[in-house]
Amino acid sequence: MNKKRKELLVSAISNGTVIDHIPAENVFQVFKILSLDKTKHQVYFGTNLESKKYGTKGIIKISDTFFKEEVINKIALVAPTATLIEIRDYEVASKVSISIPSKIEGIVKCFNPNCVTNMEAVKTKFEVLFDETGEIKLACHYCEKTTSKKNMTFFM
Amino acid sequence: MKNRSLVSINDYSKEEIIRILDLAEEFEKQPHQHILDGRVIASLFFEPSTRTRLSFETAIQQLGGNVIGFASAASTSVSKGESLNDTIRMVASYADLIVMRHPVEGSARFASEVSRVPIINAGDGANQHPTQCLLDLYSIRKTQGTLDNLNVTFVGDLKYGRTVHSNVIALSKFKTKFHFVSPIELKLPSAVKRYIKEAHLSYEQYTDFMEVIPKSDIIYMTRIQRERFPDPLEYEKVKNAYVLENAMLDNSKDNVRILHPLPRVNEISTDVDANPKAYYFQQALNGVFVRQALIATIMGVK
Ligand SMILES: [Zn+2]
Repeated sequence: MNKKRKELLVSAISNGTVIDHIPAENVFQVFKILSLDKTKHQVYFGTNLESKKYGTKGIIKISDTFFKEEVINKIALVAPTATLIEIRDYEVASKVSISIPSKIEGIVKCFNPNCVTNMEAVKTKFEVLFDETGEIKLACHYCEKTTSKKNMTFFM
Repeated sequence: MKNRSLVSINDYSKEEIIRILDLAEEFEKQPHQHILDGRVIASLFFEPSTRTRLSFETAIQQLGGNVIGFASAASTSVSKGESLNDTIRMVASYADLIVMRHPVEGSARFASEVSRVPIINAGDGANQHPTQCLLDLYSIRKTQGTLDNLNVTFVGDLKYGRTVHSNVIALSKFKTKFHFVSPIELKLPSAVKRYIKEAHLSYEQYTDFMEVIPKSDIIYMTRIQRERFPDPLEYEKVKNAYVLENAMLDNSKDNVRILHPLPRVNEISTDVDANPKAYYFQQALNGVFVRQALIATIMGVK
């Protein structure tokens, strides 16, 4: 019962996708990455919700929309802890895990101001690497410089 | 390798590097060969670099090829705001190969993706300059007889020096023992050290230049630029610590050779020039043969 109540904080959907456990501060980046600002379908979201595991969290529910794996993996950069559930007819049809892709195109800007991607109309391309502490970093396909997590800015 | 661009030294395997060096040896014996007759090679210098441009254009003309292009962007449509994409596509419709130098990092990789003809990167900002790397490798092999198991010492600005980075990456394919001499502020970045570790090789770092000289087979000198130091006092402290003088070579090995990508300012004292261990002027000349080997390979005429 208790669980049901919590769910009601953000309206239930009959068909579509629920993305839960998004870091609260990154809800709008997930919106942008998944182009939810352009969708014609109903979207509900909540942010700064209570989370046992992470303190606060965000949640997004998108009606009548299912994402391809390569699309959903793009949010791994801003929401690696997110969980994704596909709902069909009010039932949980499947749980999808999010994994960090080995290559990222677009989404993130190259940190190097003298990189060709910041001068010409070129889509950014990165190889995903990890530093000694396990933190994600991106190696630019063009200028070969790496952009660390703290220097990542997203195309908005 | 035929019709393939060379943007970064990482684009070539060890075997491909050796193939270029072997062919460069042939061109050193016979630099005048009419193997590029009727071919047009574009030389696009979006920023001036007389040394590199003359080396490339000499290499092309000695092989009978024709050069089109420009020595600086000032007099071209680029200065009117034409995009790199448009310039490269336009030139690619006239030329069989494009040699380009550009101040923006990643510009050569981008050009190689929009051009229908191969690109040779002659320097893209602070990023890559693979023909400098090939001529350095050629010089090392020529003076030592091998590239394997050498003690190679890099001195000066190891943080920002792109020639140092490419050389370290390339030499990691050849079981090199690396020695790095620099002020603390200008140490080799960990992104470059990664290649040494991945090749299971070792390196040592020093702030004192003297102790490493007797161990070295190659001493690769670079310039420390004043603008790298936010605090001018810090620059004053280190500027003379990494200057090579002739007397410092007294206890060096007989086979040691001094390299420098040139131009030098004061980091090698002029009294070293007459020492047979100084190799930096011959090193620059090797650039023509290496570039001939590279162009002939990409054009598929060798
Ligand atoms: Zn970049």
